[in-house]
Amino acid sequence: MNFDFIYTLELFPILLKYLGVTMQMALIGFVIALVLAVAIAVVRVFAVPVLNQVAIVFISFFRGTPLLVQLFLLYYGLPQVFPWLVGLDAFSAAVIGLSLHFSAYMAESIRAAILGVDRSQMEASLSIGMTKLQAMQRIILPQAARVASPSLMNYFIDMIKSTSLAFTLGVAEIMSKAQMEASSSFKFFESFVAVAIVYWVVVVIFTQLQHRLEIHLNRAYVK
Amino acid sequence: MINVSNLSKTFTNHPVLKGIDFSVQQGEIVVIIGPSGTGKSTLLRCLNYLETPTTGTIQIGPIKVEAGHASSKQITQLRQQSSFVFQNYALFANKTALENVAEGLMTVWKEPKQQALATSMKILEQVGLGDKAHQYPAQLSGGQQQRVGIARAMAAKGEVILFDEPTSALDPEWVDEVLAVMKQLARSKQTMIVVTHEMQFAREVADKIIFMEGGHIVEQGPPEQLFNAPQSERTRAFLARAMKG
Ligand SMILES: Nc1ncnc2c1ncn2[C@@H]1O[C@H](COP(=O)(O)OP(=O)(O)OP(=O)(O)O)[C@@H](O)[C@H]1O
Ligand SMILES: [Mg+2]
Repeated sequence: MNFDFIYTLELFPILLKYLGVTMQMALIGFVIALVLAVAIAVVRVFAVPVLNQVAIVFISFFRGTPLLVQLFLLYYGLPQVFPWLVGLDAFSAAVIGLSLHFSAYMAESIRAAILGVDRSQMEASLSIGMTKLQAMQRIILPQAARVASPSLMNYFIDMIKSTSLAFTLGVAEIMSKAQMEASSSFKFFESFVAVAIVYWVVVVIFTQLQHRLEIHLNRAYVK
Repeated sequence: MINVSNLSKTFTNHPVLKGIDFSVQQGEIVVIIGPSGTGKSTLLRCLNYLETPTTGTIQIGPIKVEAGHASSKQITQLRQQSSFVFQNYALFANKTALENVAEGLMTVWKEPKQQALATSMKILEQVGLGDKAHQYPAQLSGGQQQRVGIARAMAAKGEVILFDEPTSALDPEWVDEVLAVMKQLARSKQTMIVVTHEMQFAREVADKIIFMEGGHIVEQGPPEQLFNAPQSERTRAFLARAMKG
């Protein structure tokens, strides 16, 4: 076997410089996706006329087509039809594409979590004079958050990994850097092993955080 | 003051309330009794608009709502005139006992947090749970949860508190402490409408008893009259069964 250990080690600091871009895409994308997903889930739960139908088509489309296709459509396709999109930079396009894609999945898991909250919680909120929206915000969503958080964290982790697709739009993130290093050194194995390890460590760290978050969210339910 | 007239409720082809009329004066304690499936819960839930009545008008305090013509704003205003104590407590599972009581003050009445918490602490002390303020519902016994439920309803600033069988989900050991809190409330002249099977409580505390059967009010009057000299044969038959066990 012919594995250049030193090369691999030296690659880490180079890749880590680009980890910031990767994490920015994942974090910004996740926050936007979360806000969108909550809005979509609430629209679905209250069956808001018109918006509900729009949400159903939205979810169907973003779950029914590959993320890569969505990214290409957004970055290479849409600007041809809508010239005002020409200035959209690759980073923003990637973030928008990731958030739309993941919001579709997250909306469904948030909706299921909302429906899982006992009906009496809504009734009790209404009974003291809260509006449905106040009840959602103060009582239902916090309880749904606890139920949905493991799956939402899984989507976040999935999102971190999916940011690697942004290199196909030309975003300078760690996957693109690994690819560049590989093609210039021809050490493909070492380069991709290094980048795999970076993703893996990041995911392990967030899995730990997920565990702590769950303990925090469960504190009200421990006897 | 509460005024209910011609109130009816039909669940898809199944009429449950068939023209209910009654009124309640401020400070009055009204107990509703009647056989199972008679529409007692449905009536209370309609007063709080947790069910939408099919016909009739409900007036509580200054707010009057006519079935079928109520805007969602009116419905919210009507709900703010009453509060509900649920059979299964229905405490906010994500909030501590204190937060459960304070929630309405903060969210509905927009009181500053510190003020709301201070008021709520006093109410929790009134129901004997000052030391449980920071526990979550899952950490409380059934009796304690129901007392928090009553405290939450007390904080709601409504004209009237509606109780739907507040003790029937409780283990027998917790029933008395909840009834004690309700009696204390009754002494303070809090207007209350209580659905219960606790006949002893009804006899002791009520100003007026309403006997319901088959979606109608069969008879209403002071407890002495209903228990000792019921006008209707159906009331007599129900009480005979209820007293036996
Ligand atoms: N959401 C609903 N949909 C359809 N039918 C309902 C609904 N809620 C209640 N009912 C029916 O209405 C009737 C009256 O129910 P309700 O719960 O008001 O009776 P109740 O007098 O409170 O009885 P109990 O003493 O057993 O609590 C019952 O036949 C019940 O099946
Ligand atoms: Mg009932």
